[in-house]
Amino acid sequence: MKTTQSPPDASGRFGSFGGRYVPETLIAALDELAAEYTRARRDPAFERELDGLLHHYVGRPTPLTEAPRLTEQAGGARIFLKREDLAHTGAHKINNTIGQALLAVRMGKRRIIAETGAGQHGVATATACARFGLTCEIYMGAEDVRRQNLNVFRMKLLGATVNVVEAGSRTLKDATNEALRDWMGSVGDTHYILGSVVGPHPFPMIVRDLQAVIGRECRAQCLEQIGGLPAMIVACVGGGSNAAGIFAPFADDASVRLVGVEAGGMSPRFGEHAAPLCHGAPGVLHGSLSYVLQDEHGQTAPVHSCSAGLDYPGVGPEHAYWRDSGRVEYTSVSDADALAAFATLGEREGILPALETAHAIAETLTRARTLASDETIVVNCSGRGDKDVQEAARLMAHG
Amino acid sequence: MSRIDDIFAARRRAGLPTLMPYITAGHPTLEVTRAVIPALETAGASIVEVGFPFSDPIADGAVIAGAMHEALAAGVTPRDVLAAVRAVRPATTLGLVAMVSDSIIERVGPARFVAEAADAGFDGLIVPDLDVDAAGTLRDLAANRDLAFALLVAPTTPADRIGHIAALCRGFVYLLARAGLTGERTEAPEVADRVAMLRAVTDLPIAVGFGITRPDHVRVVTRSADAAIVGSALVRTMSGPDPVGAARALVSELARGLEPLPDDNFSTRT
Repeated sequence: MKTTQSPPDASGRFGSFGGRYVPETLIAALDELAAEYTRARRDPAFERELDGLLHHYVGRPTPLTEAPRLTEQAGGARIFLKREDLAHTGAHKINNTIGQALLAVRMGKRRIIAETGAGQHGVATATACARFGLTCEIYMGAEDVRRQNLNVFRMKLLGATVNVVEAGSRTLKDATNEALRDWMGSVGDTHYILGSVVGPHPFPMIVRDLQAVIGRECRAQCLEQIGGLPAMIVACVGGGSNAAGIFAPFADDASVRLVGVEAGGMSPRFGEHAAPLCHGAPGVLHGSLSYVLQDEHGQTAPVHSCSAGLDYPGVGPEHAYWRDSGRVEYTSVSDADALAAFATLGEREGILPALETAHAIAETLTRARTLASDETIVVNCSGRGDKDVQEAARLMAHG
Repeated sequence: MSRIDDIFAARRRAGLPTLMPYITAGHPTLEVTRAVIPALETAGASIVEVGFPFSDPIADGAVIAGAMHEALAAGVTPRDVLAAVRAVRPATTLGLVAMVSDSIIERVGPARFVAEAADAGFDGLIVPDLDVDAAGTLRDLAANRDLAFALLVAPTTPADRIGHIAALCRGFVYLLARAGLTGERTEAPEVADRVAMLRAVTDLPIAVGFGITRPDHVRVVTRSADAAIVGSALVRTMSGPDPVGAARALVSELARGLEPLPDDNFSTRT
């Protein structure tokens, strides 16, 4: 794996963001994980095994697909899609779970836990565990179990146990709380496969590095297919793993504009969106200091998005760092605009994106118009939309 | 000398260990919080930890997390907790320690939070999810107001880190009796070895919590440690009818586990 000179520093900080805001019980496990990860990155055998799995099992490299009819509709820059929807299990999540499962095996930990919101990370974790013969328990909020029942069944088919979380708001943040609680009592034999670039150090770094395969492939494909770097890259941001994965290898390419798209929900009013970088403030949630949505007293705010995968009040600390440094521009797209883009990509290109991804598609349509026709815009097509067709049908009927 | 230092010193002079019950503020109501604190003093407590309800308490088990969610649903804010402590302060000589998530402290602002907590009558802070690598600021703020500042040492904490954590503490060190979460257990925890490791690096009193529910647990942990912390068992008791009476009864019973320290033990710890 390519070593990176980028942050975090030794204490897990991206500028002032990041850190390890967790009960002391977890520190030893985080230290163990960081040390094992450092060893693995220097071990050519780990790199070979991971690369082999990404190629033969996940199906990488995923294509960079030109979208001519979407380009025509937008009227501006050429639009290309980085096709993470074609990775095994239908989203980028598998890049991270395969890598972390390999780390778990190296640490001798045979039991895996994970949180999931929409179920994509849960499915990708259950998949990796089945591949390596690891015991798998997934925590999922009761509200998400209701919204994403198909993925619950998929996880069970893959041999995982799904623990339904009834606490708090019964969504992703509460599932994350329960997974962290499980880990505090099980750190000796259990690895927690966190699903995004969030949580305490070293998770934001490890997940970014494992997802950076997206950006590395994309960079090489751009040079080959368009003869240069794109003018702009667009990705949706919930916790921010697909965005971090495609952005990181371009972070030093000053000519490439990077745009992260949060869930604008119904409105910018408190409780009606899930856009901490646009409307939140720095604070602590789930083990790191980053932008969060909280009330004035530090209690986590209610959030809303039509997309369960973006329905999260926090965001990875490296995004907070990129936001404040100005390297990445963050904006938001409403439920309605995302739903429209969901349909547009299907009609114009024959690709049904995940509702999460549809937020990035909507922003891409807007941005392409601002660029010249000899420029290129790449959008990370982070997942496929099969899981969302029922929810989309329900929302469109109401629309 | 802060009130927490005075309390531990007085208990040592009396040859007795210390009982530190934990309550979740606003559970079941703020009225109960104000009434129960003096009652705990009567029952034999010397220091009370007052938990600030937080929406995402990852260190707490189901009982305390449930109490926090109930209090939040009833609209309890950190400001209400401070007001309750301010109201009860004149009625008690107990040490009052705030148990509060760093999420709340960061939102309010560390300087303002410490000032308001000290002004309300708190004698110390425990921040269970604080990043130890960034604890210096809060520790200095607490020191400037002569507040105790306790960080956690876990069963999994490596030896070289224990000294670093203990050096950041003032007033006392909070030793977790077990991995896992706050919650009730049947068997008494084995902490003597961990207490001995801590004694080698700090002169501060050592308070042991997590999973202590019965007088014999209190007796076992205070054979080596200076204080026993009781949380979930008390919070669960206070979920029923007559929470103040039930809390008084439980803490009175737990206080029976506070046995006089042996003379040799006493002399080595003064």
